[in-house]
Amino acid sequence: MNPSVEALRSEFGDALVSAEVSCGDTYIYIDPARNAEILSWLKDTPGQVYNYLVDITAVEYRDAELPIEVVYELFSLDRQVPFRVKARLPKGESLEIASIVSLWSAADWLEREVYDMFGIIFTDHPDLRRILMWETYAEGHPLRKSFPLRGRFSRSEQVRQALNANPEAHYSLEELSIASENYGLPEKMRDRLRRGERGNIPDPEVVE
Amino acid sequence: MELAGREDDKTGQTGTVSTLSPNWLTTKLDFLVNWSRANSLWPMPFGTACCAIEFMATAASRFDLARFGMERMSFSPRQADVLICAGRLPFKLAPVIRRIYDQMPQPKWVISMGACASTGGIFDNYAMVQGIDTVVPVDVYVPGCPPRPEALIYGILMLHKKIKGETLIDAELREEKVLDNRGLRLPVERIDELSEPFGNSIHQTRSE
Repeated sequence: MNPSVEALRSEFGDALVSAEVSCGDTYIYIDPARNAEILSWLKDTPGQVYNYLVDITAVEYRDAELPIEVVYELFSLDRQVPFRVKARLPKGESLEIASIVSLWSAADWLEREVYDMFGIIFTDHPDLRRILMWETYAEGHPLRKSFPLRGRFSRSEQVRQALNANPEAHYSLEELSIASENYGLPEKMRDRLRRGERGNIPDPEVVE
Repeated sequence: MELAGREDDKTGQTGTVSTLSPNWLTTKLDFLVNWSRANSLWPMPFGTACCAIEFMATAASRFDLARFGMERMSFSPRQADVLICAGRLPFKLAPVIRRIYDQMPQPKWVISMGACASTGGIFDNYAMVQGIDTVVPVDVYVPGCPPRPEALIYGILMLHKKIKGETLIDAELREEKVLDNRGLRLPVERIDELSEPFGNSIHQTRSE
């Protein structure tokens, strides 16, 4: 087992829920409320220095009872040691976890991807928009088990929405930089930022 | 091939209209136009997946598209005659290929290369167009996953045959068919019918 586990246990106590080894890799479950704190400690503490965020992803199990897991894959470039940190988010509650963009800038797009595919909200993320699916995509989050494989809309409706999208529309840098503070903006501009410029809003009658 | 201005063997006269001079030939305009169109098809390669690799192999020296007057890849749709969709088409790219098709001047043709472009192939899921014929009209479907270069060349020869059967009298052939007011090129029922699951994918669940 990775010695970081013992160090974490003495430092954080109960926030380290459990630790296991699989195929030689250590992975730990942590309290989702303290993820930023623990990851920050793992990144900066001498002797740990997991300074490279390899990936953020999420897992939903077939068993509907099991919680969704957010997985942080860490690596220490200095010590050449990998470490996997997981946080369980129970279903039925709001799927929220703190963003770690302030620790690793790489987390920005990774968290957007997890949000896009699983609908997990990363609080305090600077720009939490869809990244793989287009911004007006209204069918849900495709990698959730409750998501039908072919999508929720009929094929003709999917084609209609796709063809009505405007592939040349994009945000200006100014718009992106003010998007996070959009409470003070005029209603019209806020609406435009909220729905993006990529195509028309889907008809309300076909959205569930 | 006889050289122009040469004395005619049969009559001994030169340059008169009454003779059967080698400067003249009579043919049908349709034949001449179609012959020249079919033998200088400039392809617009729209390669999105592994079919594009086979397409590149087709264009390269062993299979040599230059034999058909197609060595000049037209990376501008405005100078292209035939759009070759080589690979799967996600919904995100549907407006893009439609824009490219709209930008191509008449006369224009479309080859749908491979299973995914023709039917969606194995990707009967939320993200993929189930056959590019729901987005642009298609002249030749080339089956295969991916098709070998011989298959693509066979498709190209079928397109030649189709072009050689066209006539200038039929103005409808060259009519620009734009999207209707819903932004679709086919009736809704037709798109749903074309996109229906088939083969193994009928065993997949439509809903949860």
